[in-house]
Amino acid sequence: MSYVPVTPDERAEMLAAIGVSSIDDLFVDVPPAHRYPQIDLPAPQSELEVLRELRALAEKNADLDHMLSFLGAGAYQHYIPSVVNHMLSRGEFYTAYTPYQPEISQGTLQAIFEYQSMICELTGMEVANASHYDGSTALAEGVLMAYNVLRGKRRRAILSPDIHPEYRQVARTYTQGMPIEIVGDDRLENDLRALAAMIDENTFCVAVQNPDFWGRLTPIDVLRDLVQAAHAHNALVIVVGNPIALALIRPPGEYGADIALGEAQPLGNALNFGGPYLGYFACRQKDVHKMAGRLVGQTVDADGKRGFVLTLSAREQHIKRERATSNICTNQALCALATAIYLSSLGKNGLRQVAELCYHKAHYLAAAIDRLEGYHLVTQEPFFNEFVIACPKPAAEINRALLQHQIIGGLALDRFYPDMGDRMLVCATEIHSRPMLDAFVQALKEVAR
Amino acid sequence: MKYDPQCRYNETHEWIRVEGNEAVIGISDYAQSELNDIVYVELPEIGEAFEKGEEFGSVESVKTASELYMPASGEVIAVNKELEDKPELVNQDPFGQGWMIRIRLVAPEEIEDLLDAQAYRALCEEKA
Repeated sequence: MSYVPVTPDERAEMLAAIGVSSIDDLFVDVPPAHRYPQIDLPAPQSELEVLRELRALAEKNADLDHMLSFLGAGAYQHYIPSVVNHMLSRGEFYTAYTPYQPEISQGTLQAIFEYQSMICELTGMEVANASHYDGSTALAEGVLMAYNVLRGKRRRAILSPDIHPEYRQVARTYTQGMPIEIVGDDRLENDLRALAAMIDENTFCVAVQNPDFWGRLTPIDVLRDLVQAAHAHNALVIVVGNPIALALIRPPGEYGADIALGEAQPLGNALNFGGPYLGYFACRQKDVHKMAGRLVGQTVDADGKRGFVLTLSAREQHIKRERATSNICTNQALCALATAIYLSSLGKNGLRQVAELCYHKAHYLAAAIDRLEGYHLVTQEPFFNEFVIACPKPAAEINRALLQHQIIGGLALDRFYPDMGDRMLVCATEIHSRPMLDAFVQALKEVAR
Repeated sequence: MKYDPQCRYNETHEWIRVEGNEAVIGISDYAQSELNDIVYVELPEIGEAFEKGEEFGSVESVKTASELYMPASGEVIAVNKELEDKPELVNQDPFGQGWMIRIRLVAPEEIEDLLDAQAYRALCEEKA
């Protein structure tokens, strides 16, 4: 079966149109000795044979249809209603490109506008953009934005050590070469009170994560105090957070945060072996001109009918060039659409339910593991959907043994903190039924022997 | 197209109107018509000082972003706060309500090198 749909007659027609008699004539500039090299490829296969071969390759991967996973640490397994994929795979959405021409892109633009609106509702903020690549680059963009809001006159960005280590690494990568100093995350002891004390006249932002990398929730009065300390110095406050948690805890907008951002993968996007994901990003109206990323706005057309357009485009680097906040000029439209459909189908109550299930299942699991001999729960503070446990053997070793039980364990923390060889960051979501949680506990017990 | 005879102009289309040892600065009617609908004006803070020719801010329209250059050296003593919420004032009344900054002149003789309204008009009409 030929996969190329061009007929010999069509080929002849095309050759005639460009005034050439054969395809060979198009390659005269390539020396004859190199024109048709022998390539050692296997013989062509039928569609059936190709599918069989690819399926066999794919089966080599461990996936979540075959394994139980308790891994979180920035990307989370949630149930995605089938309506999400049904809508997402409609050609009108799936193959649409960036909506530069509003007259032919109202569907795409409206969908993005709805996504932005929902992010504002979730975060309690005034403006949201059309999304960034992922949570880590969203943080980097947040730091750049804060730097620009203060007109580049200040140098210090304070980052909490309880922000995901990879996010902080990406923020450093993005700001290298700029006169920016990132401080605060060198010591795990630097809690929010210590960070607040570090804010000075040369600080342009302080960033924290809630729930933090370890799963812990920060009391709102501590967050309010931090915001107060920052604003007393005119520094901006950035709050990074799992958006599912925002259905349960007070959103950043309520306690005065200037920028709310994070990873929106948990909202309707599969784990996809690490991506694509999307970074949500929301800020105050007064700072919108320093926000990077695509922005969809609502307007009226010449006949007074409502319409949607890309707006404030002069912020973007293809117009503002070297004076733009960032060189980003894209978004994760399909992932953002998945998020919008997910939120629409769950609704406020549904999302709240998901968050409560995550909370309760994580707490059930934490208590059960704490009762196991040799294991104990390290996390003493309130937590959302993940917590730290100490294991009787190195966590990495426990995880290898768990794979034999078709279980993916939590994150072995020595991946980022070499001193924490026995520690694991365990996650539970609404995905995990009680028998699954119990099976994990039982497996932990067995592999500890 | 309006060319305010009370103003002097530089070649980057800013105007300056001297008032004693102070001066008011904005962009010309020609400039605002080229830029189209202005959505954002970024201005400096009071107390900032700039040399003639130095960039003191920028203006963003629907289609482009443009830097603003000082027609003369001075220290910023006032900034038009109206433009924060109503950047369209620059389009509607570029020489009046669309004024951008007021400065204290440090070298008033610099004004002599600028174009008067007639010369500036000739420059603009040549571009057309």
